[in-house]
Amino acid sequence: MTEALIQLKGVTKHYTRGKQTVEVLQKLDLTIAQGDFIALMGPSGSGKTTLLNLIGGLDTPSGGELRVGETRLDRMSAGELARWRSRHVGFVFQFYNLLPVLTAERNVELPLLLTSLSAAERMKRVQIALGVVGLGERGKHKPSELSGGQAQRVAIARALVADPTLLVCDEPTGDLDRKTADEVLHLLQVLNRDHGKTIVMVTHDPKAAEFARHTLHLDKGQLVEQAVA
Amino acid sequence: MKYLPLVWAALWRRRPRTLFTMASIAVAFLLYALLTGVIAAFNAGVEVAGADRLVTTGRYSLTQVLPQGHLQQVRGLESVHSVAGQSWFGGYYQSERNFFPQFPTEIEPYLAMYPEIVLPEAEKQAMLSTRTGALIARTLADRYGFKVGDKIPIIAGIWPLASGSNNWEFDLVGIFDTANPKDRSLYEMMLFHHEYFDEARQFGRGTVGWLVVKVKDPDQSEAVIRQIDALFANSPNETRTATEKAFNQSFVKQLGDIGAMMSSIIGAVFFTLLFLTGNTMMQSVRERIPELAVLKTLGFSDGQVLALVLAESLALCLIAALIGLGLASLLLPPVSAKIPGFSGLTLTGEAFALALGLALALALIVGLPPALRAMRLKIVDALAAH
Repeated sequence: MTEALIQLKGVTKHYTRGKQTVEVLQKLDLTIAQGDFIALMGPSGSGKTTLLNLIGGLDTPSGGELRVGETRLDRMSAGELARWRSRHVGFVFQFYNLLPVLTAERNVELPLLLTSLSAAERMKRVQIALGVVGLGERGKHKPSELSGGQAQRVAIARALVADPTLLVCDEPTGDLDRKTADEVLHLLQVLNRDHGKTIVMVTHDPKAAEFARHTLHLDKGQLVEQAVA
Repeated sequence: MKYLPLVWAALWRRRPRTLFTMASIAVAFLLYALLTGVIAAFNAGVEVAGADRLVTTGRYSLTQVLPQGHLQQVRGLESVHSVAGQSWFGGYYQSERNFFPQFPTEIEPYLAMYPEIVLPEAEKQAMLSTRTGALIARTLADRYGFKVGDKIPIIAGIWPLASGSNNWEFDLVGIFDTANPKDRSLYEMMLFHHEYFDEARQFGRGTVGWLVVKVKDPDQSEAVIRQIDALFANSPNETRTATEKAFNQSFVKQLGDIGAMMSSIIGAVFFTLLFLTGNTMMQSVRERIPELAVLKTLGFSDGQVLALVLAESLALCLIAALIGLGLASLLLPPVSAKIPGFSGLTLTGEAFALALGLALALALIVGLPPALRAMRLKIVDALAAH
């Protein structure tokens, strides 16, 4: 049996808006195996992005236990989470979230600035990452000079340049046309299959979910269905 | 150093805004450098004043002339070493733009009292034996191309010749320098014989503008001051005597408290700059909230995000300050060369260090609020707002 990478036990998350408390996740139990590719689906407000933020260490649960590998995320401080994210997680966003003032190379290099690698080593890794996403020749271009698909590939290169265990993708194809979306999803599939990256992807798109190994459906903060692709 | 491209790119995110802000800061520091130079020039006379020299003027005003007879009476005091009468001539060379101070004085005692004025012995002797002779500062001779042997026409502003003409003419017999080159601007003047001046002028004969008095013992200056003023008490020409330092201070103060005025101007400029630069930094960070959230997402700590924004503020202020100070050091020499008495205008090391300190303080004050905001932002909220 494949080893579990992500384990949630009775995880809850609520937000307080004024005097009102909004329950977003309710006693969620979930296990995601190392090397899996999960699509998280569900209607708006179902808690998909909140769950993704918890798994990626961007937020902390209100209750329950959240473990990624050997690490208990629910017990970590903000500073510890930042360090953990820099080593173990790559993020891909719907709108790419590249820094517009930096070239593709410099954007991809950002996570490596937090390591002790030399400038030459950093640039070598950047070139490899850009090569993996098929953009080895576009390193000197700024995001405004790239198409949506290319920008998302740069974002994926940035997500994997530090060689994280886990890729967290929030609607990675939400801003792309079908053809480009399929190319990006195919790339994620390759990263999962050939490079062993565990991927958790939030999507509204059933076609995108077909690229994942498993699909989880969330509704009102609870898992309602699991499907195998 | 590895964060430099990130800071640099963020700094130039809105190129026109950064350029205009930098220009404002640079102009403020240029102004600072010019005004501190002027303050230093005004205060220089006070700093180098001789401890053994006193100045006696009319009791009520510097413009009140004194009878020449006062000279003899002061010379007669036991504790006085020497006395020289001096007057303000107030003329100009060829055009009013070429104004520089000219003083008729008693050359021999005057030069003896001012050892900081360096004049070749031969030229001194030539001066003493030439009734219409004149001595001029090296800086002025260089500026107007005067050389020994030239006849220098000076148009009188106050004192016409007995003939009614304002066109005085002097024979340049000596060019003097100062022992310390830093003092050149203080002695940027022309000296000529009081005797010639007194005989040739149309009115005011038998008077001098003020007396320069050298005391035998500087520790007794206060007593000598009282003695001199007591000599002329209740006479039609009462006097006010002070040390040269106090005299120079009061002379500067007649123009107003230059230091306070300049400091007020600099203060107002920097106060305005705080708002301008602060607004630029706040706007810059506000626009980049999602980008800063991405940096935090990637693992940048709160402290690193704070440091990045502060570094950007520092780069903005320090680069602009250095441009302003650099411009000042380029502009000061030609500007000061055109203003008599200000030939020594320079940006001193002390003023430069203070300017850098100001730039640093400005960067911290305007950079800290947006940096704290960036540090405190919550990733999830910032990304959701995007």
